[in-house]
Amino acid sequence: MTQAQSVRQISFIQAINEALRQEMHRDPDVIVMGEDIAGGGEREDFQDAWGGPMRLTKGLVNDFGRLRVRDTPISEAGFVGAGVGAAASGLRPVVDLMYVSFYGVCADQITNNAAKMHYMFGGKVKIPLTIMTGIGAGTNSAAQHSETLYSIFTHFPGLKCVVPSNPYNAKGLMAAAIRDDDPVIVFNNRQLMGFRFEDNVPEESYTIEIGKSEIKTQGEDITLLGIGYTTRVCMEAAGLLEERGYSVEVLDLLSLSPMDEDAILSSVQKTKKIVIVDEDYPRCSIATDISALVAEEAFDYLDAPPKRVTPPHTQVPYSRPLEALFVPTKEKVLAAALELLE
Amino acid sequence: MPYEELNKESLLWMYETMVTIRRFEEQSRREADAGKLRGMHSSIGQEAVPTGICAHLNEKDYVLGTHRSHHHCIAKGLDINEMMAELLGKSTGTGKGKGGTMHIADIDKGMLGANGVVGSNIPVATGVALTAKVKGTDQVSVVFFGDGASSQGVLHESMNLAGIWKLPVIFVCENNRYAEATPFEYSVAGGSVANRADGYGIPGVTVDGQSALDVYEVGKEAVSRARMGEGPTLIEAQTYRYQGHFGADDPLGYRSKEEQEYYMSRDCIVMLQKHILDGAYADETQLEVIDKKCIEAVNTAAEFANNSPFPDSEELTTDVYVAY
Ligand SMILES: Cc1ncc(C[n+]2csc(CCOP(=O)(O)OP(=O)(O)O)c2C)c(N)n1
Ligand SMILES: [Mg+2]
Repeated sequence: MTQAQSVRQISFIQAINEALRQEMHRDPDVIVMGEDIAGGGEREDFQDAWGGPMRLTKGLVNDFGRLRVRDTPISEAGFVGAGVGAAASGLRPVVDLMYVSFYGVCADQITNNAAKMHYMFGGKVKIPLTIMTGIGAGTNSAAQHSETLYSIFTHFPGLKCVVPSNPYNAKGLMAAAIRDDDPVIVFNNRQLMGFRFEDNVPEESYTIEIGKSEIKTQGEDITLLGIGYTTRVCMEAAGLLEERGYSVEVLDLLSLSPMDEDAILSSVQKTKKIVIVDEDYPRCSIATDISALVAEEAFDYLDAPPKRVTPPHTQVPYSRPLEALFVPTKEKVLAAALELLE
Repeated sequence: MPYEELNKESLLWMYETMVTIRRFEEQSRREADAGKLRGMHSSIGQEAVPTGICAHLNEKDYVLGTHRSHHHCIAKGLDINEMMAELLGKSTGTGKGKGGTMHIADIDKGMLGANGVVGSNIPVATGVALTAKVKGTDQVSVVFFGDGASSQGVLHESMNLAGIWKLPVIFVCENNRYAEATPFEYSVAGGSVANRADGYGIPGVTVDGQSALDVYEVGKEAVSRARMGEGPTLIEAQTYRYQGHFGADDPLGYRSKEEQEYYMSRDCIVMLQKHILDGAYADETQLEVIDKKCIEAVNTAAEFANNSPFPDSEELTTDVYVAY
């Protein structure tokens, strides 16, 4: 982008909102439902009282009405399951699961129905359902409101999982998720929500292909792999490493299922070292999966074993000084990278 | 506790408990405004509900709560110093600062925890009642939950379980008219939570949750039924959340000033105060002494919490397992 071109900066929240709005305009089958995504119940004078707990859906009810923008009672098993049924029968629902930890209430609908129906019915039924959900620690919200958990969903064949890292890819991935004929879960990190980034976010609608990662910066000495919020952490760590004279490649995974294995392997084949930075619990996780992939498929290229930077295997603590020790930081990534480089 | 009848002693206990809750919540708000915690779910306006119920419980009985549970904890007799320390994430808190405002618990006092997942504690309370039944104790398990939580499937599964097994559990719905920005009349089909008990063959009672006396009476009946092995009760206490849902939420975004004024004109503390004075159970000076005592206790709690240390970094990985 040259200086002359103007850059359109919007927040992560606005980006998701814009994608929802554009997809609802584009396709009358797109509906949105969840708790307080409008707010105010059916009170005429308080239409759109909240527009979503994070304001992701602000204004949609005014534009598209209550038939397509539906507040739900607190019944995740009910309304996520209804999303599956609506998707199977002709709608393209977007369901808001406020925090990923609440998946426990509706897991049956996601893993037994949404994920499996297409396969079990011989490919004859499609489930074009999008679930968007909030993830991530760092907000002083304790163990039940701070988890990341996307790894759990990648365990299930039949579910697609994407994790945007900035407003540009949030908008494109959201639109792609809605147009996709498979169930897609969009994991939005709550620490990223308020941010505006450098990136230009075009006003017109666009999609980002699900299953593709993005190289944020090219480099020769080491690969730092980030997912959502940790891509930001990797970029900061890359800055610190560059000050020390290293050439760093940052790979933003974006899509966990399907996963861009080729991009990971070709980056590692070039740099011969990788640090995987992931905020999910460290056991049976996407980070261990990537580590295994690299060890199995790129072993001969490696100068050092793949390294993971994750939280310890523990709950997310409430107390702020403890919580700060939980989340991966640029200092931890720097230390891990230097261990491989030196 | 427990208090067998409404008399000077029980009325003044209820008054002191409710005033303590309110002063505690006001102080929590100040701590949040000062940036010491991100926010909290205030129980101001709803003080009478757990107070009228807990008046019948002893330390061996259990209470389980929700994301909005400071009032449940205080009514169950938890130490407000430790509670305030928990809010500030300090090592002296009820959960060593690990759980925070939505997860206050004190098993020694029979408080098996606030819970951040809406509806999640209802079956847990049912299981606590199962323990009492299997062990043949006369313990009672009380679970508080909101009008919003009444739409979770687990409430219905739990009422059915408790109904067929005649468990000593009391389901107390604090209907404060809102679940976040969603009004009760929108989200609850049929317009009543209490009526849902009918389908499970258990008593369902609606009570004025602003009247500590009415809640006391309904609680008395439900607790005695539970203790005598007659099974569960569902209580819907009609109350009102004075403040926003959480933190800086402005409730005027989804409800009118007139509505707020109407409900606040039936303030539970003012109503109880009037009853105490009218019945000459105490005079104004005596109530002022209690008011002052509550303020001092809350000030002490704030001081205790602010002067307490944060947990050591090792605490990050302890308490995940009992032994590892
Ligand atoms: C399973 C689940 N869904 C959604 C939420 C988000 N949430 C927290 S409190 C709340 C409203 C609860 O309303 P109600 O049960 O009436 O309790 P109140 O807040 O009025 O005390 C919601 C939707 C949650 N914590 N857990
Ligand atoms: Mg409520």
